[in-house]
Amino acid sequence: METPHSIIATDCGSTTTKAILIEEHGGEYRLVARGEAPTTVEAPAEDVTLGVRNAIAELSELIGRPLLDSQRSIIKPYDGRQGVDMYLSTSSAGGGLQMVVAGVVRQMSAASAQKAALGAGAVVMEAFAANDRRLPHEKTELIRHLRPDMVLLAGGIDGGTKKHVIELAQLFAAADARPRLGSSYLLPIIYAGNAEARDEVREILQDKVALEIVDNLRPTLEAENLRPARMKIQEQFLEHVMAHAPGYPNLIAMADRPIMPTPAAVGAIIQRIAAKYKANVVGIDIGGATTDVFSVFSGVYNRTVSANYGMSYSISNVLSEAGVDNVKRWVPFDIADNALRNSLKNKMIRPTSIPYTKEDLQLEQALCREALRLSFEQHCLLATGLKGVQKQADIGAMFDQDGGEGSLVDLLALDMIIGSGGVLSHAPKREQAALMMLDAFLPEGVTRLAVDSIFMMPQLGVLGEVYPDIATAVFEKDCLVALGTSVAPVGPGKAGRTVLTGKIGDEHVDLKYGELKLLPLEDGKTAYAELQPARGLDVGAGRGRLWKGELSGGCVGILLDGRGRRPFGWASAPEQRLDQVRRWAEAAKA
Amino acid sequence: MGNAYVPGLKVLEHTTLHLERRLPLKGRVEVRLGDRVTHDQIVARTELPGRVEMINVAARLGIDAADVPAHMLCQSGDSVQQGQEIARSHGFFGLFKDSLTAPISGTLESVSSVSGQAVLRAPAHTVSITAYVDGEVSEILGDEGVIVTAGGALVQGIFGVGGESAGPLRCLASDPEAVLLPEQLLPEHRGCIVVGGSLVTLPVLRRAVELGINGLVVGGIDDGVLRDFLGYDLGVAVTGSEDLGLTLIITEGFGPIAMAQRTFGLLKKHEGDLASISGATQIRAGVIRPEIVIPCDAPAGEEGGGSAEPELAVGTLVRLIREPHFGALARVRSLPIDLAEIPTGAKVRVAEVELLDGSSLRIPGANLEIIAE
Repeated sequence: METPHSIIATDCGSTTTKAILIEEHGGEYRLVARGEAPTTVEAPAEDVTLGVRNAIAELSELIGRPLLDSQRSIIKPYDGRQGVDMYLSTSSAGGGLQMVVAGVVRQMSAASAQKAALGAGAVVMEAFAANDRRLPHEKTELIRHLRPDMVLLAGGIDGGTKKHVIELAQLFAAADARPRLGSSYLLPIIYAGNAEARDEVREILQDKVALEIVDNLRPTLEAENLRPARMKIQEQFLEHVMAHAPGYPNLIAMADRPIMPTPAAVGAIIQRIAAKYKANVVGIDIGGATTDVFSVFSGVYNRTVSANYGMSYSISNVLSEAGVDNVKRWVPFDIADNALRNSLKNKMIRPTSIPYTKEDLQLEQALCREALRLSFEQHCLLATGLKGVQKQADIGAMFDQDGGEGSLVDLLALDMIIGSGGVLSHAPKREQAALMMLDAFLPEGVTRLAVDSIFMMPQLGVLGEVYPDIATAVFEKDCLVALGTSVAPVGPGKAGRTVLTGKIGDEHVDLKYGELKLLPLEDGKTAYAELQPARGLDVGAGRGRLWKGELSGGCVGILLDGRGRRPFGWASAPEQRLDQVRRWAEAAKA
Repeated sequence: MGNAYVPGLKVLEHTTLHLERRLPLKGRVEVRLGDRVTHDQIVARTELPGRVEMINVAARLGIDAADVPAHMLCQSGDSVQQGQEIARSHGFFGLFKDSLTAPISGTLESVSSVSGQAVLRAPAHTVSITAYVDGEVSEILGDEGVIVTAGGALVQGIFGVGGESAGPLRCLASDPEAVLLPEQLLPEHRGCIVVGGSLVTLPVLRRAVELGINGLVVGGIDDGVLRDFLGYDLGVAVTGSEDLGLTLIITEGFGPIAMAQRTFGLLKKHEGDLASISGATQIRAGVIRPEIVIPCDAPAGEEGGGSAEPELAVGTLVRLIREPHFGALARVRSLPIDLAEIPTGAKVRVAEVELLDGSSLRIPGANLEIIAE
């Protein structure tokens, strides 16, 4: 396959379709231009390709080269004067891929099914389990009401008991549910449970649903095999779901490779980066309605989606879940509860409006911290090891409460956080994005912070499926904006006491508890550091042990965070908190 | 600026509405093409499948799952009555027989020899939809519903709660800034759609429910009041199914905000006329706004319109939808191409607008709502 010179990739989001043009110049692939247009999946247009063509037309205007012909088709190949060589796309328009999953035991096969669906880029509307205590008629009514795009049915290890997974199949047969995008086709159900129950499941479901059978996603208690289910979900997404969405058959025909669900593409690029640098990475994409969190720890990938945490459509839900006090603690000015509530609700009902005053911006950024925090907490809860694994108990294990089933997210081992989404990528100052991420994730030890410059991770994810080297090169040069590195000692502290000493480059460090300090260090530069945490504190090398290594710079610099971890050092009185928040913002130049 | 602004909510003196009245499942259409229909007339109905009861026969009779079909006293497809014996164990030498009765009336749907379960389905129940507005059936949507076409005034709100309702309009506010008082609501307003001014309070909402008022239309509401009225904090703006005793439509937003003069004037003009209202709001892809429809004839010389989305251009009348000038009306003076810095420090596309007092401002296009003139 000849490597293309010029590639267009689009991401069809719920509200905006974003197109990027990547080209090779002097042996190097770079982002050339970016165009966008409103997504046209809804009435009156009801044809997603219209928005795609509009976004490409904007690209064409920006570079001054024809990319569409008189029929508004993409000109291919590039002939030196017009056109491109390849067109790719991702999509989350029309609500993305909405799934229901089911398994026999909530913490085991249902949890594995949920992971498979999330990893394939779905929003999981509901997870059913044989042991979830809801009555059968409640479940059937809920299934019918939800009208998912697809169902993933799992349960039972291969060769194990069949009874419960067959009961689940009967439940879906009884529900007689219709898919979201119309009653003209059958609901796709993917069966990925006990291989020995396939015949019975087929008999129960085959006339009522569009049944597909793949390998068991939990063939033994000790192992997960999510790939076959994930691949089948993505295949069905194209064949069933997208084929029934307005204009998608045309989009599928236009693209040179299969359309990927947006989150699956973002997950793909994050995994690629984590593998390349052998790093533990957390990526977060905060949108208007939902927030996706991706993590790779020791090579294990997890993705979660917080369906109702976001900065516009779901802003009110964040307020409701976090509580007024938790949002208010990040606001650097006095505001009455009622005014805060009304202001955020007004954003909810006019979701595309943007903050105009500084106070309005600060309010939205306060809310963003809570949205990120809540989404990340959900991720930590769901990104766990396999439950139900039988282990040989030894003395160590008997004292280990975690038992290997705890969260895989280990903040001290985390190397990098990548933030994406308008509120982070388009924050008026990069320092504000860095502080929002620092406050929300409370990274521990030494952690690099970065943002996606213009939200192009989805397009690079789908590109990476075909040309991984091009995608990685563009990601590093044009997508990722390095903000810098956060250094945060973990452990208890007291106001005014030194928590960290040492040297960063030529600078001496003396960080007091409660302080936040910013040391400038440009993007592309590193500084050798020797950091000594106070007794009982850990900065990544163990309690009280010296940390040595290189710190990476960025457009913000090195953020020395002495505000405390486990617990974070909030003042108890509201007026003191106000003072804290103002001081921190000033220190970070946010 | 393309579509980088908020399309304004519709406030139309007269337009032709084509309202889709669709069943959740295929069913039966009760009217014919061209029929005149009233707002409360049923236009289509369907049978929703009944609830399902799954009975673990094997466990209840203490037998193997494989033996369950042999112990059933009725077959798949049979109708059963609540309390009817549907399965019986053979017992021990004919003694100690256990029997199982149907927990609901319905149909035996299936019996499994693997799970040992029997599935019983209750009879279907009927769901019907009404015409919602007085109008004419202009299209039949197969077995799924109809399109009702009606001419009339249309006011879209920004947010609402509660479902569809109808009643004569009663404008109780003296002006768009007025705050409705509980004592203004009287027993004679039962069944009416009451129009207030800038704010609705909890005592007003409670009194309206008590008096059987069908709907309230006001400029603003405090979020705390909405929470107390709903009984929970609204997280996601997908509404319309609440059972609150009335339908509430907010035309401007949260907080005390005077109702737009044009909206207030139009509603006042139709004092006493029958209005159909819906509080259903969905602020997501496929946005749905609450609405007030007042069937009426087109004024002489005026054609039904409002279908084309207006574009933001020099001279367009707009409303500012973000602080610090929330609600202010202005006219677009120019639309600079270059990005401009706003007080937050962000650089965005702006419109230069002139407020009605003559002062001029640079406002992000995203913070402007077009007022149809």
